[in-house]
Amino acid sequence: MAYSSAVMDHFANPRNVGKIDDADGIGEVGNAKCGDIMKIYLKIDDNKIQDVKFNTFGCGAAIATSSMATELIKGKTVEDALSLTNKAVIEALDGLPPQKIHCSVLAEEAVKAAIVDYYQKNGLEAPEGVKQCTSCCGDCTMH
Amino acid sequence: MNVYADNAATTVVSQTALQAMLPCFTEQYGNPSSVHETGRKAAQALDAARARIAELLRAEAKEIYFTSGGTEADNWAVQIALASGAKKNKRHIVSTAFEHHAILHTLKKAEKNGAEVTLLDVHTDGLARVEEVAAAIREDTALVTVMYANNEIGTLQPIAEIGKLCREKGVPFHTDAVQAMGHVPVDVAAQNIDMLSLTAHKFHGPKGAGLLYCRGGIPVPVFMEGGAQERGKRGGTENVPAIVGMAAALEEACRNMDEDNLRVSRLRDKLIDAVSSIPLSRLNGDRRRRLPGIANFVFEGIEGEGLLLLLDMAGISASSGSACTSGSLDPSHVLLAIGLPHEVAHGSLRLSLSALNTEEEVDYIIKTLPPIVERLRGMSPVWERIKKGA
Repeated sequence: MAYSSAVMDHFANPRNVGKIDDADGIGEVGNAKCGDIMKIYLKIDDNKIQDVKFNTFGCGAAIATSSMATELIKGKTVEDALSLTNKAVIEALDGLPPQKIHCSVLAEEAVKAAIVDYYQKNGLEAPEGVKQCTSCCGDCTMH
Repeated sequence: MNVYADNAATTVVSQTALQAMLPCFTEQYGNPSSVHETGRKAAQALDAARARIAELLRAEAKEIYFTSGGTEADNWAVQIALASGAKKNKRHIVSTAFEHHAILHTLKKAEKNGAEVTLLDVHTDGLARVEEVAAAIREDTALVTVMYANNEIGTLQPIAEIGKLCREKGVPFHTDAVQAMGHVPVDVAAQNIDMLSLTAHKFHGPKGAGLLYCRGGIPVPVFMEGGAQERGKRGGTENVPAIVGMAAALEEACRNMDEDNLRVSRLRDKLIDAVSSIPLSRLNGDRRRRLPGIANFVFEGIEGEGLLLLLDMAGISASSGSACTSGSLDPSHVLLAIGLPHEVAHGSLRLSLSALNTEEEVDYIIKTLPPIVERLRGMSPVWERIKKGA
């Protein structure tokens, strides 16, 4: 197992760690039993991700993918954030070891869960086909 | 500061072992099976190493079979027992739930081939109970195999008691002594051990050398077809340098054992006292009945890999029973076996010391670890819930 220097950087100096007390959307995915939980807080204004914070319980890759996912959606429109893929997270981190791919999937799902929460809180209809869970760990709080 | 605290994974080769090995590469480099003098010199070095190791184990030289390491010896021991058992229609094996995978996976395979396996509970203290071994032994039990000391949490099993019991019941007894050898006294005669596995690199010998001790009288089937090496049971030119290094390292470890253990266990206890004072952390396994060098902890609310990476950045080499290190999502089977819930077992840390670790190094770990735990907890949603008492 070897992490890229981008993964090590985002693990050692994670961006956007923390909470947003008056968040407009909160998404939590994963399960402590599986060893990964990601929680993402969104501040949305004018259809834009004005601020984003995360808390993660998990391995180095889980922390790095959370950090990178928050960086990739910050300042973007809600629609752009919703189109974030785990592939984009992996690419931005210069790759992940094969057994850590699921961390990038969780990061994508955490962002989507937070946006779905935002839609629900505002009585908005989530766009068709929003993937909320790929059942990558089979036992998470999204089920 | 750089601190190597992963001696249960492997150790540095001692100067004594290295100096013993060097002539085997350049002077006594012959093939021990050759007739000529160069070969004979290598054969003499091999014989001397076998005799010395046998003496240290309280065994006989002809009961020692050199292998590539502990895993091979474990595989072989199970094969030996199953082959003997099959002749008497005995296909039942008793072991424990927290054996090394070299045993557990070998037993899984044996099960597929018709063996029946009973894995005993090791309780929350990480200790097998002799009376439970006794209760598990049946008419058709072909083998009892219990590790001498657990590799993740360091707990020492009641080997002499189990040996005595098995001898009385006439059941072959194997112990995987990979972590214990060179660190605690081992006496195959007094402890009634029929088979024992060890590897050199856990006591400052080289990697690639280990052995299986198999008591005379137990039939040993051929493990590796080939030449007449190891009395025809394991073909292949012997790894003379590594075997010579193993003998030198074991001799040194046994000679210094009392003195080293006193010092190392004191450092280990200092570490245990300090680390256990971190809130919601705990030492895994019985505090007293453990190897001098191993201490394994869990810290609630965090995952072990992050801990290892941050310790590494601070110059400390340690390990974890954590999933991530092995590439699987499951936490350590050892920690689950002593009853830890999955989510807690993910946050484990094993610190393993050797006689080469200093008090300054231990103090450095004690100073470095708590802020790292705090930092990871600071970004953990699990820790947040624990704090809130949810």
